[in-house]
Amino acid sequence: MSALSTEGISISFGGVTALADVSLAIASGEIFAIIGPNGAGKTTLFNIVSGLYPPQQGRVRLGGEDVTRLPPHFLARRGLSRTFQNLQIFFRMSAVENVMVGRHLHEDCNLIAHLFALPSVFRQNRATRMKAEELLSFVGLAGFAERPAGTLPYGALRRLEIARALASEPKVLLLDEPAAGCNPVETEEIDGLIQKIAAQGVTVVLVEHDMKLVMKISRRIHVLNQGRTIAEGTAEEVRLNQEVIAAYLGRSGVAEAAYA
Amino acid sequence: MRRLLASPYFVVIALTLAVLLMPLVLHSTFYLRIATLVFIFGLAVVGLNLLMGFAGQVSLGHAGFFGIGAYAVAVGPTSLGVPSWLALIAGALGAGVIAFIIGRPILRLRGHYLAVATLGMGLLVALLFNNEADWTGGPDGMQVPRLYVLGWRVYGPHAWYWIAGTSLVVGAWLAVNLVASPTGRALRAIHDSEVAARMLGVDVTRYKLAAFVLSAVFAAIAGSYLALFDGLVTPQEAGFLRSIEFVTMAVLGGLGSIFGSVVGAAMLVVLPQVLTVFQDYEHIMLGLVMIIVMVFLPQGIIPSITALARRRSL
Repeated sequence: MSALSTEGISISFGGVTALADVSLAIASGEIFAIIGPNGAGKTTLFNIVSGLYPPQQGRVRLGGEDVTRLPPHFLARRGLSRTFQNLQIFFRMSAVENVMVGRHLHEDCNLIAHLFALPSVFRQNRATRMKAEELLSFVGLAGFAERPAGTLPYGALRRLEIARALASEPKVLLLDEPAAGCNPVETEEIDGLIQKIAAQGVTVVLVEHDMKLVMKISRRIHVLNQGRTIAEGTAEEVRLNQEVIAAYLGRSGVAEAAYA
Repeated sequence: MRRLLASPYFVVIALTLAVLLMPLVLHSTFYLRIATLVFIFGLAVVGLNLLMGFAGQVSLGHAGFFGIGAYAVAVGPTSLGVPSWLALIAGALGAGVIAFIIGRPILRLRGHYLAVATLGMGLLVALLFNNEADWTGGPDGMQVPRLYVLGWRVYGPHAWYWIAGTSLVVGAWLAVNLVASPTGRALRAIHDSEVAARMLGVDVTRYKLAAFVLSAVFAAIAGSYLALFDGLVTPQEAGFLRSIEFVTMAVLGGLGSIFGSVVGAAMLVVLPQVLTVFQDYEHIMLGLVMIIVMVFLPQGIIPSITALARRRSL
């Protein structure tokens, strides 16, 4: 049974087809990449899978269960978490508080207890903070815990989003361009981090432009172009696929690539 | 000392001391009366701040809930024979229920659209109090019977000073507790990125609604206090200008700062009294002071001053 799968996903915005009949199946524990040129529909696919857009056609299954059209907070409960290409940081909160929000589903939410600050709330806050600090060290941000998130450097924010997403203890983690805007050193760190996450048994699905990163860490790669699947396979298979080369380099590039 | 200042409970301690010590300085009943008004409006604004400063949702109709509380203690005892204290509780619960029912559809709206919808809600309530003259006395308002608690007649600035002061301290304590809890974190997360909050499992609709209902209950209790304290209530208590006054207090004092809410309330209650020395120019001066505060302390009084102090000490 796949950890996450889609069947014939289609969506169009104002007559423009963003995705047409996209099907994929991601096995539990693998690192799976979705690539494609700009406008291929990668983020749209993430937004559908994570419940932000309802697809016009097709189904999304999470751990075998049909979750099509369920709102995001229901999906989170079923073990899905994600990061965002255009960062969605809680920038008025400290770094550790950002990660603490990620523990939301594992906390008791009794408004009355919260209003009267019952001892159970203190205990829980302490446990949540400890877990959040652990995750900050896991992503290499141990020294940043009390800093307002808005003051963190860009590369750190990428990792903060990953820590926050991990805090919900997801089974499937969607990473939307985790290395976007990062320099080669930071990209290297993200690469190591993703492999550490996968080693813990989390299924990682990533959308990424950095080909070196994608080819290196992904077990399988799914290639989209203009909303359609054009290839799927291992890094080697995808690299040699004529359609993929054409999509990235244009038809004339195919000939050049043959020499390269 | 710095740890104490940084603690979220600093505001509770500071308010408690202020409430306890002010009567030593304020000898005339006039000053006690002003302080009481600050406490009452402070209570309403602390509640509104939970919605605006933490959850980031605007309401331009909170005087509607304030009015519901005020008229509950007026109409309850006069027309329905309900004792004042019970009418106060019923008013608070009623405001909460109405906020729950109205909040469900309108909290889906965002920004200016939510502002206009809450504005409409406030106007509707004020209209009701204006038009149901048989119950409410219409535009002229009505007398509010005095509060009796266990046979003791609660009357005069001294009694109300202590009731309003204690209530404000308790209200601030509840608000600070909430902000430091998982609920508070969820509300602040919604403020900064609704989409990220949803992805982390936060039921955004439910939390916005909780903040809306809580703020309505705070406003209704404050409204009941004001009506009982004044002995008179008019539809203006539920009116548009009152709503704007609450928002101004919250923004001026500093959104997201419980202490700021009280400071904002104090400013708008005390300043007009102080500015009477300018006689005909009183309102011009009030407007000028508000503009100057917002220009030089753009995050509101307390957050801006805290930020300045932090920069100094670095």
